[in-house]
Amino acid sequence: MSHWIIAPVVLPAILAPIIAFVMRYDISLARTASFAGTIALAAICFGLTVAAAGGETVSYELGNWPAPFGIVLVLDRLSAVMLLLTSVLALVVLVHAVATGWDARGRHFHALFQFQLMGIFGAFLTGDAFNLFVFFEVLLIASYGMMIHGGGKVRLQAGLQYVVMNLAGSTLFLFALGTLYAATGTLNIADLAQRVQGLPVEDAALVRAAAMMLMIVFAIKAALFPVQFWLPATYSNAPAPVAALFAIMTKVGAYAIIRVHTVVFGPDVPVLSGVVGDWLMPVALVTVAIGAVGVLGASRLMPLLSFSVIGSMGTMMVAVAAFTPATTAAALYYMVHSTLSAAALFLLADLVLARRNGDRLRAQLPTVQNGLFAALFFAGAIGMAGMPPLSGFLGKLLILDAMQATPQMTAAFVAILLGSLLTIVGFARAGSVLFWKSTGLAPAEPAPNPDDGEPQELADAPAPAGVMSVAPTVAALALLGGLAIFAGPVSAYLGAAADQLYDSSGYISAVMGQGTEG
Amino acid sequence: MELLVASAVGVLTASGVYLILRLRAFPVILGLALLSYAVNVFLFSTGRLAINAPPVLQAYGDASYSDPLPQALVLTAIVISFGMTAVLVMFALGAYLEAEDDSINMTETDETETTGKEGEA
Repeated sequence: MSHWIIAPVVLPAILAPIIAFVMRYDISLARTASFAGTIALAAICFGLTVAAAGGETVSYELGNWPAPFGIVLVLDRLSAVMLLLTSVLALVVLVHAVATGWDARGRHFHALFQFQLMGIFGAFLTGDAFNLFVFFEVLLIASYGMMIHGGGKVRLQAGLQYVVMNLAGSTLFLFALGTLYAATGTLNIADLAQRVQGLPVEDAALVRAAAMMLMIVFAIKAALFPVQFWLPATYSNAPAPVAALFAIMTKVGAYAIIRVHTVVFGPDVPVLSGVVGDWLMPVALVTVAIGAVGVLGASRLMPLLSFSVIGSMGTMMVAVAAFTPATTAAALYYMVHSTLSAAALFLLADLVLARRNGDRLRAQLPTVQNGLFAALFFAGAIGMAGMPPLSGFLGKLLILDAMQATPQMTAAFVAILLGSLLTIVGFARAGSVLFWKSTGLAPAEPAPNPDDGEPQELADAPAPAGVMSVAPTVAALALLGGLAIFAGPVSAYLGAAADQLYDSSGYISAVMGQGTEG
Repeated sequence: MELLVASAVGVLTASGVYLILRLRAFPVILGLALLSYAVNVFLFSTGRLAINAPPVLQAYGDASYSDPLPQALVLTAIVISFGMTAVLVMFALGAYLEAEDDSINMTETDETETTGKEGEA
């Protein structure tokens, strides 16, 4: 059983080079391999989630090196949920990319896609801080390639900004890890947790600096307030299926904050005394505001969706920043929801924009299937803004309910509720301009043919979207519905995941306790 | 020794940050390269500075050795930052050739109105 833990990392790592080298000239072969790999990954991740449901933290020692010396992969409920979410999202995005032909519009889409999955899975599984850095780089370098897939001037410029931002972030990550190693002499997360807890207060300055630097690094990935500027430019200019996949990338940053700042720099560590939470809460509140105002003020569709992602990250981090098991469980539920709803909206935006001239929010003639797209947009907007019956409502309700017990209750309530209101208004405006106003426009009279006076056929009427193109969007929205229907079991699982997370002694003993077996 | 290493890290970082804040791609790339040198030197020093000491524990009680782990970390970091710099250069070159301008800032234009029509072909 235990070797299955490494399968989500190894399978794409083997598949990607094969796709890149052997199948590079045969797109249908690459598609087949990519599908087979992604479906297998989804099955493996589902199996791991079921295996982790028992509550046992499983540690996998690479090369059988005992824990503080070798690298470990750790599977607990939280990592399992993240794995499952990623693999489901990957499947949805892959179907969309293939059905709409995005994958054939540049080279190596499927190889980069698999490398991206490898990096994300690795980041969720690893139990070693430096290994986390390495997997971050794997997923980033794949995302650079995905980001500029298809090329184009604006996309390349946005890609350059994205790379520069992340390279600076990676450098900061290394500084943080170096500081941490200098202060504690280890980089294994469980070992770090032990040593930080025993650290005398007078030696704590270095660790505090490292904790804050790590938080900044993860905040860059999670697009929190002072370092969120990269996200709208990147997501708006990336190919839409890639933007949908990137919905999980911000969650990698959030996951890293949740993991590192509870297990290692937990709220009960004396030398830190809540310094991280004190900073994270205002940052998250401002992020909610930026996201909401951005949604309201956006003049184009893709930036609007990007800002809604920022807003949902802020909402989620408000709950994370309270650092209690109840709020973290609510944050996890909202994280699953916001990943899927962001993906659904980006996929839908791709379908709509393929049939429109540019993504500026203004009335144009209705395109084919205007009603279908309008209905899907309506559902997606309901999900993202957090209105019933989809899971966004339950997610926000859970967060608000959990925040009641914390001292930051007032600020959190005001920010989340006002943010939701602005988001609803922004989405309503965008939807009515895009889909509703357009039906009021009179179609332009086709110029009469100079030869016989018959009206000319409109030359480039866009083709209607096929079933397979629309299916991923519908599937993502259906998952939101499912998340709402099965909210009981899901939030019970996530509550157990949060409890397991805050019981760091279980994590430590699972990783460190195997030292004699090797 | 400590002063030399510390000031080297400091100067490299300061120059790197200064260059990153430029508006053109070339200084930014140089700045990121300087930052990665700074972090590599910094990582070396995290295992304490030890000169002429082997990176292994002595068998007979002599405790002086240089920590091998930061050296492994530095090696990994060098490989990654080298690869990333290469990717970055390709990006900058691509953006420069496409836009005929190596500015990092994006010019806010309405070109997406005409060229942004993408999606299903």
